[in-house]
Amino acid sequence: MRHIISLLLENEPGALCRVAGLFSARGYNIESLSVAPTEDPTVSRMTLVTSGSDAIIEQITKQLNKLVDVVRLLDLTEGSHVDREMMLIKLKAAGPQREEIKRLSDIFRGRVLDVTNTSYIIELTGAADKLDAFIEALDKTSILEVVRSGSLAVGRGEKSLRL
Amino acid sequence: MEKLSGAEILIQFLKDEGVEYIFGYPGGAVLHIYDELYKQNYLKHILVRHEQGATHMADGYARVTGKPGVVLVTSGPGATNAVTGIATAHMDSIPMVVITGQVPTNAIGSDAFQEVDCVGITRPCVKHNFLVKDVTELAATMKKAFFVATSGRPGPVVVDIPKDVTRPDLRIPYQYPAKVSMRSYNPVTRGHAGQIRKALDLILSAKRPMFYTGGGVILDNASEALRELTRLLGYPITNTLMGLGAYPGTDKQFVGMLGMHGTYEANMAMHECDVLIAIGARFDDRVVGDVKKFCPEAKIVHIDIDPSSIAKTVKVHVPIVGPVGSVLRDMIAMLKEGDRRPDADALEAWWKRINEWRSMDCLKYEWSDDRIKPQYVVEKLYQVTGGDAYVTSDVGQHQMWAAQFYPFDKPRRWVNSGGLGTMGFGLPAALGVQFAHPDATVACVTGEGSIVMCIQELSTAKQYDLPVKIINLNNRYLGMVRQWQEFMYEKRESHSYLDSLPDFARLTESFGHVGMTIEKPSDVEGALKEAFALKDRLVFLDFITDPTENVFPMMMSGRGHNEMLLSELCKNRELA
Ligand SMILES: Cc1cc2nc3c(=O)[nH]c(=O)nc-3n(C[C@H](O)[C@H](O)[C@H](O)COP(=O)(O)OP(=O)(O)OC[C@H]3O[C@@H](n4cnc5c(N)ncnc54)[C@H](O)[C@@H]3O)c2cc1C
Ligand SMILES: Cc1ncc(C[n+]2csc(CCOP(=O)(O)OP(=O)(O)O)c2C)c(N)n1
Ligand SMILES: [Mg+2]
Repeated sequence: MRHIISLLLENEPGALCRVAGLFSARGYNIESLSVAPTEDPTVSRMTLVTSGSDAIIEQITKQLNKLVDVVRLLDLTEGSHVDREMMLIKLKAAGPQREEIKRLSDIFRGRVLDVTNTSYIIELTGAADKLDAFIEALDKTSILEVVRSGSLAVGRGEKSLRL
Repeated sequence: MEKLSGAEILIQFLKDEGVEYIFGYPGGAVLHIYDELYKQNYLKHILVRHEQGATHMADGYARVTGKPGVVLVTSGPGATNAVTGIATAHMDSIPMVVITGQVPTNAIGSDAFQEVDCVGITRPCVKHNFLVKDVTELAATMKKAFFVATSGRPGPVVVDIPKDVTRPDLRIPYQYPAKVSMRSYNPVTRGHAGQIRKALDLILSAKRPMFYTGGGVILDNASEALRELTRLLGYPITNTLMGLGAYPGTDKQFVGMLGMHGTYEANMAMHECDVLIAIGARFDDRVVGDVKKFCPEAKIVHIDIDPSSIAKTVKVHVPIVGPVGSVLRDMIAMLKEGDRRPDADALEAWWKRINEWRSMDCLKYEWSDDRIKPQYVVEKLYQVTGGDAYVTSDVGQHQMWAAQFYPFDKPRRWVNSGGLGTMGFGLPAALGVQFAHPDATVACVTGEGSIVMCIQELSTAKQYDLPVKIINLNNRYLGMVRQWQEFMYEKRESHSYLDSLPDFARLTESFGHVGMTIEKPSDVEGALKEAFALKDRLVFLDFITDPTENVFPMMMSGRGHNEMLLSELCKNRELA
C-alpha cells in the first residue's frame, strides 16, 4: 500500500543522504521525496512517499526513527490528511492544438504560466493521481518536459507534527 | 580561560572523557594531533601496523571492557583501511569512536591529495558520523560521538576532522562538555510495565518454554539478571554465538548454542517450544534458518532496545522495547511479588524430552591416533586454561569449534566477529583484549587462512610485549568454504585449498616471538601446557589438523531446526 511519511530532520549536511541511503541500502521503494526548510531554520520537513506490505512499512518507519538526524516522524496514511503535488509541464502548442490544450488545462484547473508561438508551460496542483490523469489526457507527442514536486502532505485538524 | 588549539582540545577531551588507549596510525592529515600526543603522557597511543588492525584492537578492547574503543587514522587510505573494522563493529553493535583525519576544509571536494569522502563511505556502516567543520564545534561533537556510540544499542561513530580544524595557531577557550542532550536521539531506558506483565503471564503459562538470548545481554551487562530469572523459572536456555557466556556454559539449564551450528538439543527445543523468550537477540538468518519453519508452535516474547530488531523477520506476540537489565529486573520483581509459578509437571516432561535429545551427544567426534582433531585441541585448550581464558577467534570452522568446545561461564570472555564474519579479526582483537587485561590469559583460536589477513600485527604485539597465545588450527584449507563445497557443490573444491603456506613457527620467530609446530595428537596437551607456561611471551602454536573434519551439526539454509545434518557418528544413533 502507498504510504506518505512526514519527517522533521535536523538541518545538517548529509541528513538527506542518510534517508536516501537507507532506502537504497535496504531495497525499499521511494515513489517521491521532497524536502525544504521550515519556519524553524534548524529543521527541514520531508515528505516521503513509499509503498510496501505492512511489515515493510513498519520496518521503514522504525529504521527512519533510528537515524540520529530524524527528530520526528509521522505516517500520515494512518489518519486523514491533505496531499498535494505541483507539476510544471511544458507542451508543444501550435495551431489547432493550442485551444485543445487550454481547454483541458481549464478543466483540470491548471494555469498557463508561459506562452510562446509554439509552446505552453502549465502549472497544475492536486493529488498525484489528478496530475497523472492530466498527463494521461494529453496527446503524448505534445509533451516536452514534465517537472513534478513530489507529494507534499499534512495531517488534517489541529494536531501537528512539530518540535 | 586558557585557549587551546583543535589538536589540544581533542587530546584534552579524550583525557576528560576517561579514555586510556588510542589505537592508531599517523599520516599527513592527523599530524597536528600526533604532535600533541607526543607532548603528553596520559593517553597511551598504540601504534598498529595496519588501520584494520587498529579498529579490531579497539573493538576487542571494547568487547571485554564495555568501554568504547578509540581509533585514530589519517585521511584517504587510512580511513578506507579502517572501514572493514568499522563495519565489523557495526554489525555486532560494539561501541567505538573512530577519528579520521580529513583534508583541510577549503580543499574538501577538490580531489585533494589523500581525500576520500569518509562520511559518505562510512555512512552505511556506522551508527552515526560527523564532519567537524569548525574548531568551535569540536568538543561538543566529540561528546555527542561518545554518547551515541555507548548509549542505546551501541555502535561505531566516526568523527571526520579536517586538518585545519586541529591547526596549532587557531586557539579557542575549551571546557569539557560534561552533559549532552540531543533532541533527535533519546534511547529508551525502561521497558513498558504493562508489556512486561503481559510477557510474564505468557511465560508462566508455558508448557514447553525456551530462553533464546543474545549479544544484547552482554552489551547491557545483564548476565546477573538473566541468570536469576532463568534459575527462578527453571527453564532451558540457549545462547546465540554472540551471547555465549551471558549464561554459564557449564550450567545444567544451558543446552548449548543454537542455529546453523547449534546443538541438536538447542535446535530441537526451539522447534518444539510453545513459548519462546528472546532477549537481546536479533533473529539472525544463521539462527532462524527458514522463517516459515521457525518455532512453528511458539508464542514469542522479544526484549530488545532497538525497535527495528523486533518483528524484523519473525512475527512477535509480546514485544518489549527497553534495556535487557532493567526489563529483566522489573520482571523478576513482578514474579517474586505474585504467587504464580511455572507448571512443574509440564516442565519436568519438557526436561525429560530435552535430555533425550541431549543423549544424542551431537558434538561427538571420531578420535584419531595420527591426525590431530581440531575439536580435541579446543577441548585441551579449555582444560589447560582452566576454562577461564579470554578467547578471540577468526572466521571459519575453527570459530565454530571454539564456540562449541569452549564453554564460557562468564560474559565478555568470548570475542568474535559474528555479524560481518571478518577473517583477520582474531589476532588484533586478542591484542586489544590483552591491553585491557594485561595479566589475563588470552588465546586466539584461528585458521591458517584467517591469521594471515592481519598477521602484520605480530609486530605490534612485539612492540608492546603482549603475551597472547595463538592457536592455529591449520587444516590447509579454507575449511568452512571447503565444507560447503563438499555438501552443496559435489565436493568441487574451487579455490578453497591453501598452497604455499608459510612455516608459521619460523614466521612468528622472525617477529621475535616463540613458534611451535604440533603434528601429533599425543603432543597437543604438552605443547599447550608449555606455551601457557610462557607467561610473558607470545606463542604461536601451529596445530597441523585433520583437513577432512567438518563442523556438525549443521542446519543447511532453507531448513528448519528439526532438520539438522548430523555427523556420521550420530546419524544412525537411537536416542536414549
Ligand atoms: C561462520 C559463522 C557461523 C555462524 N553460525 C552461527 C550459529 O550457528 N548460531 C548463531 O547463533 N550465530 C551464528 N553466527 C553469528 C550470526 O551471524 C549472528 O552474528 C548472531 O547470530 C547474532 O547474534 P545475536 O542475535 O545475539 O545479535 P547481536 O548481533 O549480538 O545483536 C544484539 C541484539 O541485542 C540488542 N541490544 C543491544 N543492546 C541492548 C540492550 N542494552 N538492551 C536490549 N537489547 C540490546 C540489539 O538491538 C540487537 O538486536 C555465525 C557467524 C559466522 C561468521
Ligand atoms: C575477509 C573475508 N573474506 C572471505 C570470507 C569467507 N570465508 C568464510 S570462512 C572462510 C575460510 C576460513 O579459512 P580458515 O581461516 O583457514 O578457517 P577454517 O575454516 O579452515 O577453520 C572464508 C574464506 C570471510 N569470512 N572474510
Ligand atoms: Mg583453514
